[in-house]
Amino acid sequence: MTLAPINLLRQVWRDPTAIAAMSLTDWDLLIRQGRAADLLGQIAQACDAGCGFMNIPSQPRQHLQSAALLAQRQRRELVWEVEKIREALGAKGLPLVLLKGAAYAMSNSAAACGRLVSDVDILVRRDDLAAAESALLQRGWVSAAQNEYEQRYYRRWMHEIPPMKHFQRGTVIDVHHAILPLSGRLHPSTDRLLVAARPLADDPTVKVLSPLDLVLHSAAHLFHEGELGKGLRGLLDIDRLLMELGGPAQGWADLVARAHELELQRPLFYALRYAAILLGTPVPTAASEAMAAVPGARPSGVLLSLMDQLFLRALRPPHASTSDEFTPIARFLLYVRGHWLRMPPWLLTQHLTRKLLTPTKPPKPAQTPTATGAA
Amino acid sequence: MSQETVASLTPVELERRLKRDGIFLRLPPFVFKIQSPIPIVAQGIAELYADYELLADDTEFADFHVSVVYGRRLPRRLCVFELDGQRPFTPLAVGEAFAFLEWGMNWCVTGYCHTLLTLHAAVLERHGRVLIMPAPPGSGKSTLCAALMLDGWRLLSDEMALLDPVTGLVTPAPRPVSLKNGSIEIIRRRAPTASWGPTAHDTQKGTVAHLRASSSSVARATEPGLPGWVVFPQYLADVPAQLLPRPKAASLMQLAQNSFNQHVLGKAGFDALADVIARSDCYDFSYAQLDEALPLFAALPLPS
Repeated sequence: MTLAPINLLRQVWRDPTAIAAMSLTDWDLLIRQGRAADLLGQIAQACDAGCGFMNIPSQPRQHLQSAALLAQRQRRELVWEVEKIREALGAKGLPLVLLKGAAYAMSNSAAACGRLVSDVDILVRRDDLAAAESALLQRGWVSAAQNEYEQRYYRRWMHEIPPMKHFQRGTVIDVHHAILPLSGRLHPSTDRLLVAARPLADDPTVKVLSPLDLVLHSAAHLFHEGELGKGLRGLLDIDRLLMELGGPAQGWADLVARAHELELQRPLFYALRYAAILLGTPVPTAASEAMAAVPGARPSGVLLSLMDQLFLRALRPPHASTSDEFTPIARFLLYVRGHWLRMPPWLLTQHLTRKLLTPTKPPKPAQTPTATGAA
Repeated sequence: MSQETVASLTPVELERRLKRDGIFLRLPPFVFKIQSPIPIVAQGIAELYADYELLADDTEFADFHVSVVYGRRLPRRLCVFELDGQRPFTPLAVGEAFAFLEWGMNWCVTGYCHTLLTLHAAVLERHGRVLIMPAPPGSGKSTLCAALMLDGWRLLSDEMALLDPVTGLVTPAPRPVSLKNGSIEIIRRRAPTASWGPTAHDTQKGTVAHLRASSSSVARATEPGLPGWVVFPQYLADVPAQLLPRPKAASLMQLAQNSFNQHVLGKAGFDALADVIARSDCYDFSYAQLDEALPLFAALPLPS
């Protein structure tokens, strides 16, 4: 492989005191790779903790401080939004269980430091789905599905309903009733996740997944995802969450056992492997060995070397300095894999044909420069 | 040794360097690395950035690495703006390539710079005090800005005020003034010898052309200024030019609406805006004729 290492990014979390000695050329590259991977906020937090903003040369410092300000702002908005969702669900006697970015932020996890959160993800029992949806609708969140087909497709096959967008604030909630698609191959039990969910220390009416399940959900999400442009960010979430598991040996043993219980041994295997390779996450040898010994965790030799070729490319920042001539094909193959995992071939064929025949607007259309006030 | 500027390169050499590795250009307060194989971009840079400092090829740090490239290999009809390989916008016609670069660079600043409070406004300075003119498109802001610059005001920016929330001063970012449609001819008539960039026809905003920033504005590009006036301009056909004092509270609300990132800065952002208003005399200004407008601005009393 001719892939450049991502030493600078890795150093930010593994050896933050070395930051102070970085040259301006290094800073230039770090900011560029960080911006491409949407990690500037996390880099800013880590650099500030490592050597203090004031010891960073002023040119890169401006960019890091900007990213830190944006992350702080989003954090404030998120706290407000979670409160509004809690009120909406609470009015109908429904509990609030947060996933992903919102869960990291509300439980003050290190994974939330500097991380941008766009949508709030919540988990409800499938039996409570209709009630949760109507509770949110009553408080102003409206389905953002583009057409009838999308509504039906989400409801029948996916693990979440179409995103709901608040008609005034424009904020978006993803309501999940499972963490992986119904039409997929793995079916981690939602009930088990909900039973293990933990209340927040300062607000017991809001719960987040247990620390082990946060890692597993993050791994399941990242290694089923087809679009890995921000994959490194997902891997960093996993790294941060793993570092917080605490209880040295037992924490790792529990994690491996829990992965098995939830059918998530394969995604966890990938997560530990690629976090260790790309970010230098210190995974104990005993944990790697225990992981590889779980049936179905470690892919066969051939498959694993293929996955290495693909993931070690696609999980790097989408930037010229961290890509090679095979990166585009690696990203494309993982995109196909994402669909493959999400549904059986007959459904995939049907879905893609449908999509081809009824062109819908892309979820995030590229903007025209004049529409953004840039002109 | 005097510093190297864009003017020290021949047009051929500039085009060659833009096409190959790109150039490092100091556009205070930022450094942009600009790359483009499109000749119209080189023409625009040669015309409009002649006085700007060209940094060495081994410059260590650039705030933004941008390029405007052909959308497809053939036919070469479309171009795309890239920030370091990312394409935030849909492609435009090749004829708009230089304007696209300008818009893209503005977007870099408003999208990524939150240590400064950014406002959508034209900004000029005279006698040490800064005039901020926030206004939506179509209000005649850029036309007025170009005319004031030609009348001797120092240009800080025709597009965005960069307010430092710590010092309360406005950081200059003088770049070419973007003019549209009828305004282009109006300003051409007032300044027959001025330098212009390439004209982009049939853009979403109609015809667009950029006027070179005055040399004195570029020479003083690192001198920040103290806010003195906040004027909300409005072009109204067939009315006599009129400058009316505007209540400060309403001015503050209007100023906040023209901010790109006040919300990111939170209370510090609000305080910075309130500070601008407290220091400034505020006016509503409506005009149809530049000839009537300029004397009113020349006679603006210094704020108390």
